[in-house]
Amino acid sequence: MAAFLALFRRDLVLGARIGGGAGVGLVFFLMLVTIMPFAVGPDMALLARIGPAILWVAALLATLIGLDRLFQADDEDGSLDLLRMSPLPLPLIVLAKGLAHWISTGLPLALAAPFLGLLLALEPKALLAVTVTLLVGTPALTFIGAIGAALTAGMRRGGLILSVLVMPLMIPVLIFGISATSAALGGTIPFMTPFSILIALTLFAFVSGTVAATLAIQNAEG
Amino acid sequence: MRLVVKGLSSIRSGRPVFSDLDFVLKSGEALAVTGPNGVGKSSLLRIIAGLLPPSEGQLTLEGGDAETPLNEEAHYLGHRDALKPSLTAFETLSFWQSMLGRTLLDPDKALIQVGLGHAAHLPSGYLSAGQRRRLALARLIVSRRTIWLLDEPTSALDAASETMFNGLVTEHMNNGGMVLVATHTPLGFPAQTLAMQGGA
Repeated sequence: MAAFLALFRRDLVLGARIGGGAGVGLVFFLMLVTIMPFAVGPDMALLARIGPAILWVAALLATLIGLDRLFQADDEDGSLDLLRMSPLPLPLIVLAKGLAHWISTGLPLALAAPFLGLLLALEPKALLAVTVTLLVGTPALTFIGAIGAALTAGMRRGGLILSVLVMPLMIPVLIFGISATSAALGGTIPFMTPFSILIALTLFAFVSGTVAATLAIQNAEG
Repeated sequence: MRLVVKGLSSIRSGRPVFSDLDFVLKSGEALAVTGPNGVGKSSLLRIIAGLLPPSEGQLTLEGGDAETPLNEEAHYLGHRDALKPSLTAFETLSFWQSMLGRTLLDPDKALIQVGLGHAAHLPSGYLSAGQRRRLALARLIVSRRTIWLLDEPTSALDAASETMFNGLVTEHMNNGGMVLVATHTPLGFPAQTLAMQGGA
């Protein structure tokens, strides 16, 4: 447990310090959302209607930025070798790194969403719905992305391949994230129906992402 | 304790690197692994470290705790120093101490022993190549592990640091440790030699 916490803390510190890249995804998110009103035009009603979808798509793309460094940075400098020689089992190493990565990249997106939602003329209820669904859904994006990050850890310029690999797997999260948001704003489906599936997807991603990334790292050399 | 290696072979990407390697290393002994580039010295060390699966053969640590796998009994110092430029020397060592377990020396004391006492609170990105190597060596003494696997440990070290390194290794052997060094330069401590032949 001490090792788990030490790794978790180290990754948070590394993310926050210069060169850590924790802010990159957030800035990208901000840029995507800010240019949307310019592209769509000043139609407030239209913006408010597509706003949740814009925030979700932007959050998904922002998650992809920086994911390539999740294991690559440790692979390049040899830290991954030493981590694998620690008594902490590899799945827990992946879990600690994934959680720290989510806190430094995914959580800020969910927390920034209500402020950026104002730019898209969202009503308070929609702001809350987007924030809650992003809070629940972004861990799924991070852990699905961890699979791709582990597969491309040893690759130079693996970022594009990573995106191509994991984007299709992220689509269900996007669908249920947005449908939960729209359900909260009215419609025929109760909010909890798509929202429970979103929670299930996140829990599933924790387990499957951790296991798959572990296998990818174990079989990277041979 | 004894490290027994029997019939070890390694095939990487379909190409045989080495085959049928046998040796025994006892507590308090050092083994220098020598041979031309590409003969598989680093692969051998990585296999013992558990980072690479052997194609054939057996590795056993006799007389140790049967529950502990070999890779948790070994320290590995590869070509790369495994340092993060934005972490200070002290932070680096305390992290690896918690990560590797079995506390031996305090990070502060380990840093003084490798001559980096003054640089404890400098980010390792500011250190020179030799200082970075010394910081990587300090990792060996913050956590207690029987087998040291060292790949070209003295690269980038000056004469004084090399003496310091020889001291660390000698002390480790006196405490019953084992050392495997892949090297091209003569070592400053008594060691058997495993000369690996190319042409496999």
